[in-house]
Amino acid sequence: MAKIVIDGIEYEVNPNNNLLQECLSQGLDLPYFCWHPCMGSVGACRQCAVKQYRDTEDKEGMLVMACMTPASEGSIISVEDPQAKDMRERVIESLMISHPHDCPVCEEGGECHLQDMTLMSGHNYRRYDKKKVTHRNQYLGPFINHEMNRCITCYRCVRFYDDYAGGTDLSAQASHHHTYFGRHEEGVLESEFSGNLVEVCPTGVFTDKAFSSNYARKWDLQTAPSVCTGCAIGCNTTPGERYGSLRRIVNRYNSEINGYFICDRGRFGFDYVNSEERIEAPLARKEGQLAVVPKGQLQSAIDTFQGSDVIGIASPRASNESNFALRCLVGDENFYSGISDAEHEATQLILSLAKDSAFNAPSVRQIELADAVIIVGEDVTNVAPRIALALRQSVRNKAKELAEGCNIPQWQDAAVRELAQHDRSPLAILSSYATRLDDIASDIVIDSPTEIANIASAVANRISGHAPAASSDEASVAQIAAQLIEAKRPLVIAGSTSGSVSQLQAAANIARALNEKRGDVIDLCLLVSEVNTIGMSLLVNERNSLGAALEKISNGQTKKAIVLENDLYRRAAKQKIDEAFQKVEMLVIDQLPSATTAKASLVLPSTSFSEQESTYVNYEGRAQLSFQVHRNHAAALPAWRWLSDQQSGDIESLINRCAEEAKNFDKLDDLLPDLNQFVAGMKIPRQSHRYSGRTAMKANLNVHEPKQPVDDQSVMSFSMEGIPATKDSAVLGAAWSPAWNSNQSISKFQEEINGDLKQSHVGELLIERNETGSYLSLDQRPNNLNENLQVAVAYQIFGSDELSAKSNTIQERMTDAYVALSPKDAKSLDLNQGDSVSLDGNGNIAIACIRSKMKQGTVAVYCGDNDIDRHSLGTTIALSKVTEAKMKRGIQGLIVSDLCEEGY
Amino acid sequence: MQASVIASTATQARKLCAEEIKEIEHEMQLYPDKQAVGLEALKIVQKHQGWVSDESLLGISKFLDIPVSDLESVATFFNLVYRQPVGRNVILFCNSVSCWIMGSESMRSYINGKLDIDFGGTTDNGDFTFLPVPCLGDCDHAPVMMVGDDLHRNLTEGKVDEIFSEYKSKE
Amino acid sequence: MVTKPLTKNIDMSRPPLDIAAYEASDGYQSIKAIAEGLSPDNVMQIVKDSGLKGRGGAGFPTGLKWSFVPRGDSAPKQKYFVVNADEMEPGTFKDRLLMEGDPHLLIEGMIIGAYTIQASTAYIFLRGEYKVSEKALKNAIAEAYERGYLGKNIQGTGFDLDIILHTSAGRYICGEETALLNALEGKRANPRAKPPFPQVSGLWGKPTIVNNVETICNLPGILTYGVDWYHGLTKGNDHGTKLFGISGKVKTPGCWELPLGLPIRQLVEEYGGGMRDGLELRAFLPGGGSTDFMLPEHLDLKLDYDEIAKAGSRLATGTMILLDNETCPVGMVGNLMKFFSHESCGFCTPCRDGLPWVDEIFNEFESGRGTRKDLQILHEHVDYLGPGRTFCALAPGATAPLGSGLKYFADDFDKHIKEKRCPYRH
Ligand SMILES: Cc1cc2nc3c(=O)[nH]c(=O)nc-3n(C[C@H](O)[C@H](O)[C@H](O)COP(=O)(O)O)c2cc1C
Ligand code: SF4
Ligand code: FES
Repeated sequence: MAKIVIDGIEYEVNPNNNLLQECLSQGLDLPYFCWHPCMGSVGACRQCAVKQYRDTEDKEGMLVMACMTPASEGSIISVEDPQAKDMRERVIESLMISHPHDCPVCEEGGECHLQDMTLMSGHNYRRYDKKKVTHRNQYLGPFINHEMNRCITCYRCVRFYDDYAGGTDLSAQASHHHTYFGRHEEGVLESEFSGNLVEVCPTGVFTDKAFSSNYARKWDLQTAPSVCTGCAIGCNTTPGERYGSLRRIVNRYNSEINGYFICDRGRFGFDYVNSEERIEAPLARKEGQLAVVPKGQLQSAIDTFQGSDVIGIASPRASNESNFALRCLVGDENFYSGISDAEHEATQLILSLAKDSAFNAPSVRQIELADAVIIVGEDVTNVAPRIALALRQSVRNKAKELAEGCNIPQWQDAAVRELAQHDRSPLAILSSYATRLDDIASDIVIDSPTEIANIASAVANRISGHAPAASSDEASVAQIAAQLIEAKRPLVIAGSTSGSVSQLQAAANIARALNEKRGDVIDLCLLVSEVNTIGMSLLVNERNSLGAALEKISNGQTKKAIVLENDLYRRAAKQKIDEAFQKVEMLVIDQLPSATTAKASLVLPSTSFSEQESTYVNYEGRAQLSFQVHRNHAAALPAWRWLSDQQSGDIESLINRCAEEAKNFDKLDDLLPDLNQFVAGMKIPRQSHRYSGRTAMKANLNVHEPKQPVDDQSVMSFSMEGIPATKDSAVLGAAWSPAWNSNQSISKFQEEINGDLKQSHVGELLIERNETGSYLSLDQRPNNLNENLQVAVAYQIFGSDELSAKSNTIQERMTDAYVALSPKDAKSLDLNQGDSVSLDGNGNIAIACIRSKMKQGTVAVYCGDNDIDRHSLGTTIALSKVTEAKMKRGIQGLIVSDLCEEGY
Repeated sequence: MQASVIASTATQARKLCAEEIKEIEHEMQLYPDKQAVGLEALKIVQKHQGWVSDESLLGISKFLDIPVSDLESVATFFNLVYRQPVGRNVILFCNSVSCWIMGSESMRSYINGKLDIDFGGTTDNGDFTFLPVPCLGDCDHAPVMMVGDDLHRNLTEGKVDEIFSEYKSKE
Repeated sequence: MVTKPLTKNIDMSRPPLDIAAYEASDGYQSIKAIAEGLSPDNVMQIVKDSGLKGRGGAGFPTGLKWSFVPRGDSAPKQKYFVVNADEMEPGTFKDRLLMEGDPHLLIEGMIIGAYTIQASTAYIFLRGEYKVSEKALKNAIAEAYERGYLGKNIQGTGFDLDIILHTSAGRYICGEETALLNALEGKRANPRAKPPFPQVSGLWGKPTIVNNVETICNLPGILTYGVDWYHGLTKGNDHGTKLFGISGKVKTPGCWELPLGLPIRQLVEEYGGGMRDGLELRAFLPGGGSTDFMLPEHLDLKLDYDEIAKAGSRLATGTMILLDNETCPVGMVGNLMKFFSHESCGFCTPCRDGLPWVDEIFNEFESGRGTRKDLQILHEHVDYLGPGRTFCALAPGATAPLGSGLKYFADDFDKHIKEKRCPYRH
């Protein structure tokens, strides 16, 4: 800590930070543009000028850029100095010279950092009377709009997109006052983090395209703190609703998880909520067809699914409450997992490792601290994108270390990068195909799934001889082992999505060997695929796999099943499911029709994530509370309500009951905020205090706004009434602070910049680590010694997740099912790039995608939006070319760096 | 850095010719990092093709495995990389202060009248492109200009006539 | 006694000396001295003692600059020595003379510099338009390799050095030393933040020295003839000789090597031959486009770094631009503003968006539409673009002629406003 003086007042600050960051941390208003809390300083915009004095004798002082000046002990500065203020006014005047002043038609208006800073810097009279510079905009794909005339050249976009997120197709072009930010030609922005440009850009150059077409001002959106349901990371988000439709999602700061950024699946994958296909009313089968259940008959129809022989099938995308309610209804013994058997097995292993005191499940922030990483078998970008972004930061720890050695402050972003050049902390990727992180990897091993497990075992054995023996001629084993041993904070990543338990076991052995060798707790990050895979699995008995449920049905032991928010055709081979469905009467609860609802005798509509309050457990075992944002205007109810007594009860008592009864869930009720802790016990409004209720947009139809419903369930209200969360950020929907209308206002809610939110809730880690484990022997499934190709599973960020794949925006980026294979295999099968391929002769057809880095003998199958019955495929397959190919989308949009161009 | 190029764009790339490749490979020995070679490659390609077309840009990107947008970023930054076709001879006309004092403005209008192009223009017959350039460092012989690689000093109208006819007759 | 160490071999009516002739004229003697046992530290001390100041514009002591390069075992092995041969400052034409006239002198100087900081690779960052220099340097480098002055184990010293000639793709900002490094790395030539200084983290993040051509050309003389000789060259407080140039409407414009400390008047009248008949000297920029105007009353000052600074300007490149009484001062400043505005790299706000506004206003003055309000805005920009406000020294460079021009030529600006036209146009 250091003492500095700002305008005559002494402050305690962190001398490793710069003055701008410290001024903001102290709650002072100092305008800025190019600096970003996560991206450091470059000193381009010159907006943050302050006066600095040499000592108390110095009355003249000197202008400095606060963001480029260390907050070192004894610094004396003035923010209010007239010369500094004048400088800031000049800067903003310059920035506005060519700005179109089109706030009324700009999507950024009302939450625009440029608007805020213009006001803050005191520029309100325009003197520039010459011609403005104008630019041409580019088509950038379905996610992002481009309006270059609004640019103020702060360089944040490229610094985020290229430097921070590793994108390669956005750059600064031309120079002087013609500087332009765009692609080299029009086209889809390739980065899976492109949506963050919307928030990183301090003005309206990059805006949310989907939102534009269905727009409302920030203050006209009803918002609440929510959790992304796109994958198992559980990034925090703020969805916004208006007139019954969900309009957009923006990032919500959480210091432990997503920080300032989320991925494009999370940002753009929500509009299935607004889909016309949503199930609107309870449906029952009548003469083979599903028809709306007449009002009076509903309860009796539901009641037929009660009794000791009814089984329940859980869901990894349903909340803890819904899963728990189902368990309560059918009983422990009849409550079955809703994921595939392979995934179930892997997840059970993950849960046992989660209890092991040798390991720590690192949060995203902790992942950023890793200085040596090994990934075993997971395609992190496509299954847990936000972690991929964190890994891009972790490899920079080497640069930070070098900078420290040269006395270069960490926030001197360009200087740190320049010093380190391509020096990175090691990242080893063992995978069956090239991944999006290869560009930052130090070691890349591409091999068959079985061999990857073997190589990982060899790494473990190399670290500690006590790990099960494994031999591999892979050259990099020794180096990878050494990197992990020598690191300050090594990290092992594996998971269930690779589809290979043996890889997971081998990865666990690496972590165990490191623990044994180093004696410290090892970061072991185990990925699962869906938002609540962990929560659901914690509620299910280990032996109650989906396979066991199907067997019970086949055996005739049960005749009735309740399926919770799950399309079981995604979980097991079609034939098996078909067989089971013939023998069972089903109640299916879900949001959208699926192959499973089509077979149900009773379908009940459930609310989507934004229409209900719920908790989910992420990959770390972290439970988080997600608030209801808006109401469902049809008959949908939260699934737990359909399953609880008389469709009544409230969420709080259910959460309390879950905390009491369910093992591992005892901290769940800590998530619930207590109304008493709020100002005057008043609720938190979901609508802003500027919400223009009465200036109804639908005035042509009706000038009356419908009365807002009363929310008797939560601490939030569906209106402007109440007291906005100024201090209690646990329920901070949209951040706002006087003079700070943009998302940058979040700094007003942080303990310090980049720190925790004041009184923050970062969720509760549920699983206690009090077990000691031992090395695992690898569960290698014998490879059929035939001519067939070994199958690895491939994923796509846009398409692999069931619900986001139903969003129109995401669909524009989706591809068809493909099978990736090596040029040699393609040649021997006489396949060309883009040919249609039969995977097994059973109607599973995919597009051939010949990739130069595939290992001969291995193929990677991407199932598309469930186009392929993946559970019917064995661990090996025989491919054959087929002529007819009826594909919806093709694989044009596929972004892989190792596509063989002219076939092979 | 890995260049992840959506396949359809990459196919428009022009295959670099053997000479270009040879020269680019030579530059690779001189710089420890391929981004530096990227800028050299732009100059090499321009030397051979007269300018850097989109296809050439993609060709370099593919050859060096540098993202095409990075190349575009530097190509558009520097004055002497032409991203639009230029005439057979590029006139770099000094418009800086010493030449200005010595009457470069009237020389500029003279050339403008003579070739019927102003700064940024190319003659219809493709002989000349007329570009301004900052101080050519020959201020004691102002006004000056370069045509192609040759420097021409102490310009007068008569001299300009002579120079242009010489370049015409060169072809 | 050698009195013109920089230009003694230069005769522009013939090609530059080849290596044999250069050697015969005391060339490469310094390398022999190194081979005979001068350590890098010895050389650094000699250069410090010589008092040589950088000739690239800032006038920073060369030896001192070198001493910031980390030495010893913990220092990075790879270091770079870079020659700034990007000469693009308006009105500056001195480095061209040295490179076209005596390329071996530069190479010899580079070997000395690189040896001192123990850099095994040196780049010459040459302005792309300097085709004749390029050819001369290429030849000379090849000769030097052939004679064992470059390459491995130079003259048995155990020191290796490769010189790589880089031709720039053109931008004035590339002359700023950190922007130059970015350009060499094939990046956009935006300047870098200092600190860290290039001496610590420069080219590709390695310790790097950037020196101007003329600075480096001083080194062989200092090593060959000694510090005392060097100190004896000057007529003022700064040491050595310097190239001085004159452009504008004098009788005999040109560039000459002269002792530092010569009175300005002598340069203008004796070497430049005085103003052309019928013209009077109105003002002059003493060292290129980014220096403040000086007036005839300053003619008796000495051509020394400090003395010129006292008069509110900078010696900088030492190449003067003379303004006569029939040329419009407003137009002249406007021409410079157009240059700076166009050459702004576009990184920082005041420069990127301030200079074009200034430029636009000069266009208005030019066409008779300038107003008092415009004039006020120009005045504000002098402060706004000044030192410390912008990211690098380009924009402050522009404020030198702008600020002094507004001060000295206030009447002319007034006339433009009142007469609604340029009074110098007939
Ligand atoms: C905008 C700008 C342009 C410059 N251009 C040149 C140049 O063309 N040549 C040069 O030697 N120095 C130039 N300099 C100065 C260099 O940054 C640097 O100070 C110099 O090369 C150091 O060499 P020296 O110590 O030998 O003088 C320029 C500086 C600025 C700010
Ligand atoms: S002052 Fe700023 S914009 Fe101008 S050249 Fe320097 S860094 Fe670039
Ligand atoms: S925020 Fe400090 S210069 Fe931009």
